[in-house]
Amino acid sequence: MTIPATKPVEELSYEEAFAELESIVAALENSQQALEESLALFERGQLLARRCGELLDSAELRVQQVNVRLPGLPEQDAPEG
Amino acid sequence: MLSIYKNCSLHSLLARVLPNLQPQIKTAPFRLTLPRKAVILNLMEQIPLFTPLSLTVSDLTRYLRQLMESDDVLRDVWVQGEISNIARPSSGHIYFTLKDQNAALKCVIWKTNALRLRLPLQNGMAVEAHGYISLYERDGAYQLYVDAARMAGEGLLYQEFMRLKARLEAEGLFDPERKRALPARPRRIGIATSPTGAALQDMLNTLRRRYPLAEVLVAPCAVQGEEAPLQIVAALGALDRLGADVILLARGGGSLEDLWAFNDERVVRAVAASRVPVVTGVGHETDFTLCDFAADLRAPTPTGAAVLATPDKTDLLNELNGTLRLLDGAFLDGLDLRRRGLHETVGQLERNSPRDDRQRAFAPAGAQPAGRAAARIRRGHP
Repeated sequence: MTIPATKPVEELSYEEAFAELESIVAALENSQQALEESLALFERGQLLARRCGELLDSAELRVQQVNVRLPGLPEQDAPEG
Repeated sequence: MLSIYKNCSLHSLLARVLPNLQPQIKTAPFRLTLPRKAVILNLMEQIPLFTPLSLTVSDLTRYLRQLMESDDVLRDVWVQGEISNIARPSSGHIYFTLKDQNAALKCVIWKTNALRLRLPLQNGMAVEAHGYISLYERDGAYQLYVDAARMAGEGLLYQEFMRLKARLEAEGLFDPERKRALPARPRRIGIATSPTGAALQDMLNTLRRRYPLAEVLVAPCAVQGEEAPLQIVAALGALDRLGADVILLARGGGSLEDLWAFNDERVVRAVAASRVPVVTGVGHETDFTLCDFAADLRAPTPTGAAVLATPDKTDLLNELNGTLRLLDGAFLDGLDLRRRGLHETVGQLERNSPRDDRQRAFAPAGAQPAGRAAARIRRGHP
């Protein structure tokens, strides 16, 4: 196995980073790679884990309002009882 | 029950005039049958011929009151009408008149019942009131003593609810096999709710606390009123198109009528047909709507829906730490494996070597392996 061309960890989302971390663990458990390669994977895995931790600490919920198109009906805010 | 007759002279009069009636009267059930009433009326017309006879107002009133209170229809009845002249004196009781085009009915709600009333009564409101009819003797006025009230038509709504539920159930829309598992870590969480309601803020606060990694798409829609069903259906469609991984369909509490959009057949079908798993959080714990039955998961409240749809930050941290330990373990095990392979090869080499210097071939001085993998090698190969 060769290390796939990967983005710097700083550019990864939590999901991406965690998924890659899990695939690295799986690859290391297979132990098919050369020693330097597994060392590189291990180091990358640690970076990924750190990235995940940082994201969990610093993440802020992103909220976006979407347009709901209603065929033939005006858009209206709803009163709530 | 015959005390009325004993209190006045009617009983003895009847006994005198119609001796054959006497045994009947003694054992008579409380309610007078028509022929017997006719007899009494006839007698009363003739009364001046015999002796002065009169019921006291109290006697008659008490008699009427007992009549009303023993009537099967009148002692357990729903009455519909419009509220007027509502009064709330400091006693805590509520007085009002229920009327329609042609008639009016005085109503009382005693304080204890008034406190338990779910519906805030107002003048002009069309309601259905439940209670019993009795007579207020002092005023000679009959009234409805109310112990429960609901919006007019709510009884019909409930029947409609049960009918539609049975039909959709028979179609299999609520089958447990239809329910899908929610994604463990949703990237995009869609919310279909009123943009101005407290429910939205409750859900956003919960998501912020539990799972700030998510992206939230809010599809605003009316959650009550005539236009609500179509808007909810459109909101579900929009969230699907925008790639939501899970949809929270929610609304704060309200009356059966307020929540009615969530029993609308179009909305229920849209929930059941949604490609994206739907979690409902409509009303309070005790409110059930047909959407709840059609959804993949029903939460008791909007906040509950946000909780059920997301992992908690703490759980994610634990998961991350677990994976990190696996990473360490896998790497060290890999080293371990290689060392053992090396060791074995060296052993073979030495066994086949013409020379007998094992120490020289393996582990040159100063290159002691360190750490956990090395310790394992030493244990395995003393």
